[in-house]
Amino acid sequence: MKHDMVTITIDGRKTSVPVGTTILAAAQQMGIHIPVLCHHPKLTVTGACRVCIVEIGGQPVTSCTAVAEEGMEVTTASPYIEGLRRDIVDLILSDHPYDCMVCERAGDCELQELAYKYSIRQPVFQGERRIYTKRDGNPFIERDMEKCILCGRCVKVCDEVQGVGAIDYAYKGFETKICPPFERDLDCEFCGQCIAVCPTGALVSKPSLGKGRKRNVNTVETVCPYCGCGCNITYDVVKNEVIRARSRQDTINEGWLCVKGKFGFSFINSPDRLTTPLIRKDGKLVPAGWDEALDLIGERLRKIRAADGPDAIAGLSSARCTNEENYLFQKLMRAGVGTNNVDHCARY
Amino acid sequence: MANDSIEIKVCLGTSGSAAGGEEVLRLFKHHVQEQGVEARVGRRCSPSKVGCRGFCSKDVLVDVILDGSKTTYQLVTPNMVERIVLEHVIDGKPIAEWTVKEEYASFHAKQHKIVLGPCGEIDPESIDDYIAMRGYRAARKAITQMKPEEVIGQVITSGLRGRGGSGFGTGEKWRVCRGAPGDVKYAVCNIGEVNRPLAEGNPHAIIEGLLVGGYAIGAAKGFLYIRERYHRSVERLSIALEQARERGFVGRNIFGTGFDFEMEFSFGTEAFICGEETALMESIEGKRAMPRVRPPFPAYAGLWGRPTVINNAETFSNIPLIIGMGGEWFSKIGTATSKGTKVFTLSGKVRNNGLVEIPMGMPFREIVYGIGGGIEGDKTLKGIQVGGPSGGIIPTSMLDMGLDYEHLARVGSIVGSGGMVVFDEDDCIVNVAKFYLEFLQRESCGKCVPCRIGTKRMSELLTKITEGKGEENDLRTMERLAGVMATTSLCGLGRTAPNPFLTSFNHFRDEYLAHIREKKCPAGVCTALITFSVLAEKCKACGLCKRACPAGAITGAPKQPHVIDPEKCVKCGACYRACKFKAIKKA
Amino acid sequence: MAEIENNDVLFVIGSNTKENHPIIAQRMIKAVRRGATLIIADPRRVPLVRHAGIWMQHRPGTDVALLNGMMHVILAEGLTDRAFIDERTEGFDEAFRKTVEEYTPEAASKITGVPKEKIIAAARAYGKGKRAGIYYTMGITQHSHGTDNVYAIANLALMTGNLGKESAGVNPLRGQNNVQGSSDMGCAPNVYPGYQRVTVPMVKERFEELWGVKLADRDGLMANEMLDGALAGKVKALYIMGENPVLSDPDTGHTTKALKALDFLIVQDIFLTETAELAHVVLPGTSFAEKVGTFTNTERRVQRVRRVVDAPGQARKDSLIIMEISLRLGYEMHYHHTEEIFHEIGRAWPAMAGMSYSRIDEEGGLQWPCPTPDHPGTQFLFKGGFPRGKARFTNVKYRPPVEVPDEEYPFVLTTGRLLFQYHTGGMTRREKAIEAVAGRPYVEINRQDAKALGVASGDKVKVTSRRGSITIPVHASLRPDRGVVFIPFHYREAAANVLTSSTAVDPICKIPELKVATVRVEKS
Ligand SMILES: Cc1cc2nc3c(=O)[nH]c(=O)nc-3n(C[C@H](O)[C@H](O)[C@H](O)COP(=O)(O)O)c2cc1C
Ligand code: SF4
Ligand code: SF4
Ligand code: SF4
Repeated sequence: MKHDMVTITIDGRKTSVPVGTTILAAAQQMGIHIPVLCHHPKLTVTGACRVCIVEIGGQPVTSCTAVAEEGMEVTTASPYIEGLRRDIVDLILSDHPYDCMVCERAGDCELQELAYKYSIRQPVFQGERRIYTKRDGNPFIERDMEKCILCGRCVKVCDEVQGVGAIDYAYKGFETKICPPFERDLDCEFCGQCIAVCPTGALVSKPSLGKGRKRNVNTVETVCPYCGCGCNITYDVVKNEVIRARSRQDTINEGWLCVKGKFGFSFINSPDRLTTPLIRKDGKLVPAGWDEALDLIGERLRKIRAADGPDAIAGLSSARCTNEENYLFQKLMRAGVGTNNVDHCARY
Repeated sequence: MANDSIEIKVCLGTSGSAAGGEEVLRLFKHHVQEQGVEARVGRRCSPSKVGCRGFCSKDVLVDVILDGSKTTYQLVTPNMVERIVLEHVIDGKPIAEWTVKEEYASFHAKQHKIVLGPCGEIDPESIDDYIAMRGYRAARKAITQMKPEEVIGQVITSGLRGRGGSGFGTGEKWRVCRGAPGDVKYAVCNIGEVNRPLAEGNPHAIIEGLLVGGYAIGAAKGFLYIRERYHRSVERLSIALEQARERGFVGRNIFGTGFDFEMEFSFGTEAFICGEETALMESIEGKRAMPRVRPPFPAYAGLWGRPTVINNAETFSNIPLIIGMGGEWFSKIGTATSKGTKVFTLSGKVRNNGLVEIPMGMPFREIVYGIGGGIEGDKTLKGIQVGGPSGGIIPTSMLDMGLDYEHLARVGSIVGSGGMVVFDEDDCIVNVAKFYLEFLQRESCGKCVPCRIGTKRMSELLTKITEGKGEENDLRTMERLAGVMATTSLCGLGRTAPNPFLTSFNHFRDEYLAHIREKKCPAGVCTALITFSVLAEKCKACGLCKRACPAGAITGAPKQPHVIDPEKCVKCGACYRACKFKAIKKA
Repeated sequence: MAEIENNDVLFVIGSNTKENHPIIAQRMIKAVRRGATLIIADPRRVPLVRHAGIWMQHRPGTDVALLNGMMHVILAEGLTDRAFIDERTEGFDEAFRKTVEEYTPEAASKITGVPKEKIIAAARAYGKGKRAGIYYTMGITQHSHGTDNVYAIANLALMTGNLGKESAGVNPLRGQNNVQGSSDMGCAPNVYPGYQRVTVPMVKERFEELWGVKLADRDGLMANEMLDGALAGKVKALYIMGENPVLSDPDTGHTTKALKALDFLIVQDIFLTETAELAHVVLPGTSFAEKVGTFTNTERRVQRVRRVVDAPGQARKDSLIIMEISLRLGYEMHYHHTEEIFHEIGRAWPAMAGMSYSRIDEEGGLQWPCPTPDHPGTQFLFKGGFPRGKARFTNVKYRPPVEVPDEEYPFVLTTGRLLFQYHTGGMTRREKAIEAVAGRPYVEINRQDAKALGVASGDKVKVTSRRGSITIPVHASLRPDRGVVFIPFHYREAAANVLTSSTAVDPICKIPELKVATVRVEKS
């Protein structure tokens, strides 16, 4: 055995992991599922939700923070541990609106999953829950802090990943709340990273509200149409309309997007889209059929080429079109028209 | 101080100041001057301030030391000053009726003041006073004559354990930190509420302790972490730090050894959690005070990820003594496993409230009845809450138990940072538990679920019981909840938060059940569970109760026994207090 | 992109990365959190400055002086990588060195307005970096001396050996999502796909064979030359696919005049843009969400574009439209599906020959060169050596921008993008939420300048250059230095490019000086 590896036993199975590996990571590598609510693979450890506890030497220990040590024996789901976990989830639910029927994240909520897993219909621990009347007026992000479980992921992603720090904890005790400074409306980069990491329906995209939940959307993976970063984007589509943009964590952009990628997709389904060819007649652009338009183009270009040569024709292609289209475009100009007068707007 | 000079020492701790000590001191100076005392008696006379000597319920305390004999006056007010100067200082006749009574002696007799010793004796704003009583000799010895390992060795030998809560071996903590890899290390002094008298009465001891600690672990920087609001402590410490720096005890090339050690303040907010060591580090780093996950422990990765030692101010105050007198000497005080002394703020229903320092292992009986002078009004003792808000309640039946780390842990309590509250028969144990849980709920940092929501649910359930709505099932729910909180909370606050409930429930089960089954509060505290009625045979129809009642619930014609309308009664107890004939019954 | 995190020094010059390449900025921030030093050179206090160790606020257009000043320090303090210089470069000890020696920090400071201490600090930080990366965008290229700027950056990287190794190098960040791809695909007048020169006979012959047709043997016209040609009557027809030069090109007046001079203008777009409004025929194309294909990002990674929704109305796939037009010009192109085109690209350009849609799917994108099906793609260019053998130092001297402030036009105007908007706004301005937070154009002006002009945030001003004027609300801020104003170019209602110049172009790559024009600002 190499000395930079340690061997531990999880649920009776032995495994060797590099020094410094957490129990949670080791278990995940073995395909053993340990529930988490605050842990996020792209963020530093928080240790706030406590549901990832496992049993080490009879003691409950949070597996997201416990580092594997040689010879450790770990039990991930003893009745004792499961009981504690259940009660922690119970506590969270006791301070959570029973809103799943109308929640944007129903079916895609990490808390709902755990409530289901532990079959908690009504919490054992009951009492007052936080009620907030003020709603955040920003146009992008619906922040329903009654659904917030204070996992802290949004605070961390905003600081650690986005480098903005627009939100933080405020108040103490049961009243603890995540909010922008002085509870003003959120005024930030609106990258939506916080939405992406929120385990519950506390943070959702405002423009997408009511347009479709996980189980009734189709998803398509593609590439963001904006800057040259080339972020991978996943669109949720309902009836030919893009309703939401997300991104997977295992991509070059690690699941993060910017405001344009996250929120700037309504142009796709915009009523302003051109739907028919237009031809200028008597100085005005009027709708026309494809054949008419294409024939006109063919005729005019042939005439010009015949009269002034191919170099009297030029083409400008687009950095927003695909490689295939750009390839065809220059091929058209070079092979079809016979000129090298082809350029694109990369310079601007 | 020359033996023939006259000393007047005015207690100017926080409590002394609050009682008007500043004015008293000013007047002493004024009268000494005006009467020309020095000329008249031919001796020097300089009224000075001293730190708290603990007997705060009788502040302002003033010592007059004349011809080597000390007279202590209690409850001194500004208008008493002139007479003391005239009759005692000038004419040499102490004013007997104003001096402290015998409880002052018994209060002090049972104590073992090593840390608090200089408090109340020396002027905390004078480094010369401190040096005169061997101050900074320990630091000099450690830094110039001892290797860091030897310093740590002495601290290990002493058996000193942390006075801030966890009771972790201080020398051991230093040893680990010294051994942790890294060139940059930090030492932090955690100055909490209970440490204020130390900071105000003998600030140099804290600075010296931190200096030695920094030397031992190999740090070049120390922080004095203190709540901004403790103005007086901050002021005294700042003066002390400035003086220490001037004398070269802090700064570069200390004692000419090439050892550099800087010290600076870091201020926290009022929040209770700021005292928790990992939250404290977050706070020093400029973030919101929320505990970090452990491991890594601060001794490996603390402030800014560097190895850091954090100790309580009392822990550090012990260090100069240990280095000065030797670890062996220290280890002779206390019990086998709990060495030295511990400072407590004794409060609640004892006669003598105040700051006390006792040797580890002293039985509670001695603390309450010896030092504390027994229960006020000779009522019956019910229990003692030790270890601050999240400590446990020790019942009367355990009065003979010694106060040390092990015993307290065994009964579900902690030594904590030094709070001790005494309850008597008039205190409702459910209400006491509720009070602490509500405090802890408000002070939870809100980070982790079991504490944030658990303390809320627990205080709600306790409230429910005090309101007479409790069910037996609630007790089981609370026990279950306590288990979750104690085992899964992130930091000590949440882990110990169930203690007030658990220990009180263990020892006072009947009182809980009385609330639930009989809907009665035996102590007559829970208003929802008590009724006020007039005992017709005792009522003299004086009408006092009627006038006192804010709700207009009492009727009664002259010469007729009065009657309380239970529908209207708001249970404020005004009538109960107003009646001179004990004709109002509370049940 | 991941390697950005491993830089120990990041030098960002002329790039508002946080707003224009937000995801790359994240990686930079991560690097900073890990202890990297971030150096920023920008005339404005761009948002990333918050994370920077050193920020040099140089006057617009003085990049060469700044870079030469830094190189001077590196040279003087012996922070050069001599082994690298000897083995892999040439031209160091020649004119280049002489020039750099002239740019003392004092001299550079005088030109740039950056305190010399900062220049020295930046040079030391960069020079001592083990894995120092340089990042730039339009702020470097959109100048009349843009090429000089790029050369100067290359010099800096070469002299410190920061090229061709992991987490180092010189990284131009591409502004639009497929700029890399359209360049790769040969949408340029002098090269075929894969940067193969049209004037090299052997190359031309290969393409003639591939496409089965005779090809022209001269370089064609660049975009700005096309417009000039239109005005001169030499270019009669223009086919624009998916661009809106009226807003995006400098000197809107000039652009409009040129387009109007054409006999025939075809515009293919998804919206009726300002440019389309001038067309003779407008063709409804499809957005990226309605077709399949590939995009190539700024790190040369070819990724899949997939169909998300159906195209609206009769809008057609752009590739089909092109084929239809080609057919009508007597040249038949025929592909059954899009991947057939992709395969042909592989034949035209060996660097992409090893790619296929299924490989891209499986491997999450592939970075060219990827010549064979078993080649993993290439993360770092120039690893073993440079394409031309040894890299050459280029001697560049500071030349002032074409327009310098004078009495009549006392302010320097620089244009750029905002985080919330994109290009000419066709896409982003249709999102209500985006419009709600960034829906209005503005001119950003230093607070003190605003005060001197007697205007406050929200007041309207008239901004005039030698080419035209616009009326636009003021945003007084501390971001630009005194004497500099900034206008985002997304807004048609106050189009910044009415003011910019189309004649001040870089002599080599013809990039217009969009980053520096002089203007006058008046209360209106
Ligand atoms: C909620 C909470 C509050 C605490 N408050 C204090 C405090 O006020 N002062 C203190 O010294 N230690 C406090 N502690 C203990 C510290 O975390 C830490 O154990 C102590 O400062 C270490 O010093 P010591 O070893 O000298 O006791 C607190 C712990 C918890 C969990
Ligand atoms: S949208 Fe982005 S910048 Fe705004 S709060 Fe969320 S993470 Fe932070
Ligand atoms: S808003 Fe969401 S991500 Fe943020 S703390 Fe609450 S639950 Fe977690
Ligand atoms: S136990 Fe309480 S105070 Fe401690 S981290 Fe958790 S919530 Fe905060």
